[in-house]
Amino acid sequence: MASTTSIDTPPPPRAPQAEPPSASTSTGRAGDKIFSGLSKGSGILLLVIMASIAGFLAYRAAIAISKDEGNFLTTFDWNPSASPPVFGIAVLLFGTVVSSIIAMVIAVPIAVGIALFISHYAPRRLAAPVAYVVDLLAAVPSIIYGIWGALVLVPYLDGLNSWLDQYFAWTYIFDQTQPGVARNMLTVGILLAIMILPIVTSVSREVFLQVPRMNEEAALALGATRWEVIRLSVLPFGRSGVISASMLGLGRALGETMAVATVLSPNYLISLHLLDPGGGTFAQNIAAKFDEADEFGRDALIASGLVLFVLTLLVNGAARLIIARRKEYSGANA
Amino acid sequence: MAKRIDVSGLTAYYGSHRAIDDISMTVEPRSVTAFIGPSGCGKSTFLRTLNRMHEVTPGGRVEGKVLLDDENLYGANVDPVAVRRTVGMVFQRPNPFPTMSIFDNVAAGLRLNGKVRKSELAEVVEKSLKGANLWNEVKDRLNKPGSGLSGGQQQRLCIARAIAVEPDVLLMDEPCSALDPISTLAIEDLIGELKERFTIVIVTHNMQQAARVSDRTAFFNLAAVGQPGKLIEIDETERIFANPSVQATEDYISGRFG
Repeated sequence: MASTTSIDTPPPPRAPQAEPPSASTSTGRAGDKIFSGLSKGSGILLLVIMASIAGFLAYRAAIAISKDEGNFLTTFDWNPSASPPVFGIAVLLFGTVVSSIIAMVIAVPIAVGIALFISHYAPRRLAAPVAYVVDLLAAVPSIIYGIWGALVLVPYLDGLNSWLDQYFAWTYIFDQTQPGVARNMLTVGILLAIMILPIVTSVSREVFLQVPRMNEEAALALGATRWEVIRLSVLPFGRSGVISASMLGLGRALGETMAVATVLSPNYLISLHLLDPGGGTFAQNIAAKFDEADEFGRDALIASGLVLFVLTLLVNGAARLIIARRKEYSGANA
Repeated sequence: MAKRIDVSGLTAYYGSHRAIDDISMTVEPRSVTAFIGPSGCGKSTFLRTLNRMHEVTPGGRVEGKVLLDDENLYGANVDPVAVRRTVGMVFQRPNPFPTMSIFDNVAAGLRLNGKVRKSELAEVVEKSLKGANLWNEVKDRLNKPGSGLSGGQQQRLCIARAIAVEPDVLLMDEPCSALDPISTLAIEDLIGELKERFTIVIVTHNMQQAARVSDRTAFFNLAAVGQPGKLIEIDETERIFANPSVQATEDYISGRFG
């Protein structure tokens, strides 16, 4: 009987026994200490992981770059196994940046449009299913996008390419100078745009839904139409959110591997003619070369990975700067 | 141009819930009319039917007529957006556009109406800020964000924004309830000045405020929670506070309920 009662009413008898050991050092109770320890530990763990990745990349990259006979930044070719080894990231950097820019240019306006439709235009019956379908896009594995891109998108885009080449060759970027199927930077950019659409859309949508009611009513009461409410209240409030959403998407576009590797027919040429076949990106090059590479070849690939790592850091830093500069205007009184 | 408001048989719903029932009243131009009554009696809802803001709430719906001089705001061919350009509104909590400068806040309504010439805007912005007794405090920082002002200043900024478009009517929904007594006094003085030019309707929870600023007072009440709010009586403010004709009004004013 005594044991059952103590189980039935555990807090009063146990509390005084449990407290002295935990309170002996400093603040509060056991729960507080465990939780603060856990969160502190998680924070430190994150820093350790980041530092060890950066250290690993820098160490292996230094080995490779010190033996590189070409200029690592400006060389087009990738021949780490030649003697002497000559390799450089010029093409990869160019291809990564260009394909990501194309993806952003296509995806961000569409994503903002979809997000506004879901948050401000669509009737509720329609908004939820549309939002769900967009989120579903994010659940498709990237290799599936790659296969779909190679089997469906590429043949379809052949037609678009010749049309663009025929009527928009004067823009230079749509002037196709090399024959070939649409396994080019434009196709990669379009595919990446589809892949980053869900993340940009869903983050933007969340931000647009958080616009305080009173901000929108301020515009409405002045006689703003729906579009003017969006322009006066919703977009200014959501601007920094859309920027961070875009940067999340850009981060994914920069690092996307399998889909690009499946669609692109890589070569080591730099061309602003977006319809010309070929080009390459960091992640695609690493995926394509890693298996066949020897020890030194892998070091060389890791060196290119370090550049991608730094590039992503710079992009995130730039995004934070933009957001911080807008802080004074960020709706602090909302 | 101040206009007369003539409401007849106005009923407003939230979905199937009837929030206010069969309200009729007349509001004279160039006067201040105060709405008082216990929480939930529908006075704010009624105010929002006067510039067709009620219907932007999901499920919001209105029956009846609101005549502005002789034009029915709920007529078949009336665009609610156009109504809101002639009936200005000031809200309970100051809501300047947080990303905009003080100047742009006041100019926002003018720009919506298609006025974009800088010199013209500057003139109206100055006039409106002076009209809202805010000019001297902000004239040196018109390019700073409006959200950097104090609460009372923000509310006067919102009033400047509302009067910049020269509305026929100015609606105020508890404009002082989020402000300290000094800012409240500043707004009340301002209301006294603005009634020379506008028809003003103000909802307030503060009966002293209603007594101080208004020419006429309308008392709203509801039979029980969940029942629609009704207009009990509307009369000269002095009469309402000294000698109301309905017992419920006297009970409310003397603090016996509400």
